[in-house]
Amino acid sequence: MNFRIHVRVMPRTGLLDPQGQAVEHALGALGFNEAGDVRVGRAIELHLAAPSRAEAEARTRQMCDKLLANPVTEDYLLQVEEG
Amino acid sequence: MTQPRVCVLRAPGTNCDSETAFAFERCGAIAERVHLFRLLENPAVLKDYQILCLPGGFSYGDDIGAGVIFSQKLGGPLVEPLREMLSRDTLLLGVCNGFQVLLKAGLLPGGTQNWPPSGARDVTLTWNENGKYTALWVRLKNTAPHNAFLKGIDEIDLPIAHAEGRLAVRDPGVLSAWQKQGNVALCYVPKAGANGVRPTEAKLEYPENPNGSFANIAALSDASGRVLGLMPHPERFIDATQHPRWTRLGLTGDGDGLKVFQNAVDYFK
Repeated sequence: MNFRIHVRVMPRTGLLDPQGQAVEHALGALGFNEAGDVRVGRAIELHLAAPSRAEAEARTRQMCDKLLANPVTEDYLLQVEEG
Repeated sequence: MTQPRVCVLRAPGTNCDSETAFAFERCGAIAERVHLFRLLENPAVLKDYQILCLPGGFSYGDDIGAGVIFSQKLGGPLVEPLREMLSRDTLLLGVCNGFQVLLKAGLLPGGTQNWPPSGARDVTLTWNENGKYTALWVRLKNTAPHNAFLKGIDEIDLPIAHAEGRLAVRDPGVLSAWQKQGNVALCYVPKAGANGVRPTEAKLEYPENPNGSFANIAALSDASGRVLGLMPHPERFIDATQHPRWTRLGLTGDGDGLKVFQNAVDYFK
């Protein structure tokens, strides 16, 4: 089976997010003072062939733990779609 | 041996390899800039070297995180050759991006013992507290006099230039173990006040701790003292005239950073 995986990597809640703070300050400088609690992460998409949805998710979690996310400072969310 | 051979290992995006090799050569070493792809083609060439140095830069464009991709390349076919090299009485240095690579590869702070590590890392280098690429000069205190690169150094001025230089840990309790094992190598320190007395050495603020590093840590050593990773750039202060205040301070001759390379060369005398 083929899967399309969406990985969303975000700074861990409660930890400092300097990029988010910098973007928030920049938005304020442009007059968007209503924007707050800005956080910056990254999105990664990939195709994966696996025998099942559970297997596809398990393999992607291994990828995140080893490479795609920083285990000290980041958390990740997965969205798995068939096709 | 009087003239050690240095492998300055560069990867796509490395940009401090020439000046790093120059600094080693000025201290009497034979330094060669070796591309990672050449090393992957023939890992056995590591047997020809006594010092391995990962210089600064932006390897692989800092994709996913500074040093992440380069650190992954050190696994796989390079694990055994690296382990063999470091099992000999050799030295390993990582400067700036090179430090990020060593840390994310798991070679610091543990060294080659139990390398590569099986579990998740408990330390990383991540975005500066101010969220910006930051370039300035800092004052550093040597807290690992057993480290081969830092012998005879007490305090030193060096420049930093990085965006992801903040040392962050999963558990702050790790500090006491690091201190016992001699892992904390260089710390950012404040300049002395007018009366010669320093303010408290608790968590420093910018610019003295320029990135918000945990425990003001700028460099880590392994327990053996043969591995060093540091965020500041010693290769950018090999002449006194490179210091921004060299005229007012009356500096002449070699810059303080040269001592790091001289120590490495002298280790093999």
